[in-house]
Amino acid sequence: MRQTLLQRLLVTLLGWGVALLLFFPILWMALTSLKTEVGAIATPPQIAFTPVLDSYAEVLARADYLHFAFNSIAISVGGTVLALALGIPAAYVMAFHPTPRTRGTLLWMLSTKMLPPVGVLVPIYLLFRALGLLDSRTGLAVIYGLMNLPIVVWMLFTFFKEVPGEILEAGRMDGARTGAEFWHLLLPLTLPGIASTGLLSLILCWNEAFWSLNLTTAAAAPLTTFIASFSSPQGLFFAKLSAASTMAVAPILVFGWFCQRQLVRGLTFGAVK
Amino acid sequence: MIRRCLAVLSTALGLTLAATAPGQSQTILTVATVNNADMVVMQRLSSRFEQQNANIRLRWVVLEENVLRQRVTTDIATRAGQFDILTIGNYEVPIWAKQGWLSALENLPADYDVNDLLAPVREAISDQGKLYALPFYAESAMTYYRTDLLQKAGITMPEKPTYAQLREMAEKVTDKGSQTYGLCLRGKPGWGENMAFVTPLVTAFGGQWFDKEWRPTINTPQWRDAVTWYSESLRQFGPPGATSNGFNENLALMAGGRCGFWIDSTVAAGLLYDAKQSQIAERVGFAPIPTGSYAGGPTWLWSWNLAIPASSKQQEAARSFITWATSKDYIKLVAQENGWVAVPPGTRQSTYDNPDYKKVAPFAGFVQQAIMSANPGGPTREPRPYTGAQFVAIPEFQGIGTQVGQTIASTLTGTSVENALRSAQSATERTMRQAGYPK
Repeated sequence: MRQTLLQRLLVTLLGWGVALLLFFPILWMALTSLKTEVGAIATPPQIAFTPVLDSYAEVLARADYLHFAFNSIAISVGGTVLALALGIPAAYVMAFHPTPRTRGTLLWMLSTKMLPPVGVLVPIYLLFRALGLLDSRTGLAVIYGLMNLPIVVWMLFTFFKEVPGEILEAGRMDGARTGAEFWHLLLPLTLPGIASTGLLSLILCWNEAFWSLNLTTAAAAPLTTFIASFSSPQGLFFAKLSAASTMAVAPILVFGWFCQRQLVRGLTFGAVK
Repeated sequence: MIRRCLAVLSTALGLTLAATAPGQSQTILTVATVNNADMVVMQRLSSRFEQQNANIRLRWVVLEENVLRQRVTTDIATRAGQFDILTIGNYEVPIWAKQGWLSALENLPADYDVNDLLAPVREAISDQGKLYALPFYAESAMTYYRTDLLQKAGITMPEKPTYAQLREMAEKVTDKGSQTYGLCLRGKPGWGENMAFVTPLVTAFGGQWFDKEWRPTINTPQWRDAVTWYSESLRQFGPPGATSNGFNENLALMAGGRCGFWIDSTVAAGLLYDAKQSQIAERVGFAPIPTGSYAGGPTWLWSWNLAIPASSKQQEAARSFITWATSKDYIKLVAQENGWVAVPPGTRQSTYDNPDYKKVAPFAGFVQQAIMSANPGGPTREPRPYTGAQFVAIPEFQGIGTQVGQTIASTLTGTSVENALRSAQSATERTMRQAGYPK
């Protein structure tokens, strides 16, 4: 099917329109962070203004950004590694050695995502208190790992399902054990899928705000807590909050930009997705 | 591609690792606080305290009010002891003290001068005669108005306005064509949002929340008159979208010259009077909170206080910090650094006696008067079983206040006052029954 020039033009325009629509809130946040506090709430909103860095200076003076950023990276990476370490073997078994219960187990795993987290806040808080995990990076990484586990298993399961069982079978015929089968056959075939699962888990960990606000105080607090400390019920705070948010999303945004091809490839991997 | 991803990630990890220096082994106090302007100043000036007390280091957890309340309540209710110092309101202090969650603050040093603390503020954070927190700043409510708009309309502001007068005046200064709204009031639902205004309004109209037997008295003529006044005035003379306006939004409207009258917390006075934050600094007038058919009842008293949870393992060090941050010397320190107009208001008689403060804050007298007459323990027209000025000092009130607040807010968008009060009454009856009242 050949597209006319007009069709291509329309599709391009539509694509740009949607992209701009999606990106606009982030752009507006970045612009607001460069305004003064009074400028940030001006009606009608200012389009042309003299950018100032006051908000960034104040945010940096009031909080130790690097401390929060380090916690965010450590906790997100820790949680993702944990989720993958548990998720890959689980998905492998479910994809290649299914039992009559596999389907039900997968659905049950997903159902745990339907419970509002606040429902288990107090039990988890008490557990963490007893284990001495409150305000620790380890504790939060464990929670994040478990929180993302259902999604990680589901994604990996669908990626593994794409791999023809015959390839693994051929490997076994040649004498490969489970480890070698995974390492030399499955891993190279599904690496894009595993990578995009890991990236998605990383992004979900980075953005998580409920557990990070409730289970940390200062030592292990990630960037979500950093942002939360700049919204105020009293006085003007839009510019400062925008500056803090811009600084908090910048690392993951840059990271996502570097890995975008990987992300897109993983998410569109296979025929059905 | 994947290698590039990993490279970016590990570089970021390495950079932040290098930048995060290990901490020192000293007494570390974790301070939970809200990010209001006065607390931000406290956080900045606390380095002086650390200089004077070389063995104490402070770690700050600064959060927005509602997030902080949830965070701190979880911690204190499970006695996890993550915090050494809490910033809590005078609503929580007596309730938490009764639960045994807070350390009593007895035998404070003589130079702290407990008797200098304003009596209503001190009493609001005591339980059975013992202090359980120290006040950082305190507020009541007052009326703000635009002197230029009143002059143009030929109105003289009465010394003690009534709600009926206020409505008449608001009508005269409303000019929706030029986006000037006669009356700005809180409309955002919540026990500490619209209900902080509606509760004293109901008191002034002769009503109250519960009768002596803890039966809700919301579906009564007093509430009907008060809520009708509120709903009609705000719909006719208020800004559009009033149901999303809390303190901040109204402050922005008032400071931007959009409101004729505004009744809210006294802390706004300093902000409206500051030409850097307000376009009407030269044109703002002050008056007491209006009165209705019943005068002298409880109005509005809120204070932010520093308290020490009983679960903290560093009671002594925590105590030395909270006495420092609420002392006369601290107020002087803020005055030296930021000027007298920026000192935390509402806590000490000595602040209001200070001629330098009176010179830069012409509203000081109004604020002090409002706090001294807030009367949170005083009677409503009919006797009541609870205390509290703009709230009811029982743990269930957060839930009740917010639920009723939502029903009251719905009268601004079309629900009739009758229906709203009827449903608020039955919802409150149900909650109180489930909570086991009368106790």
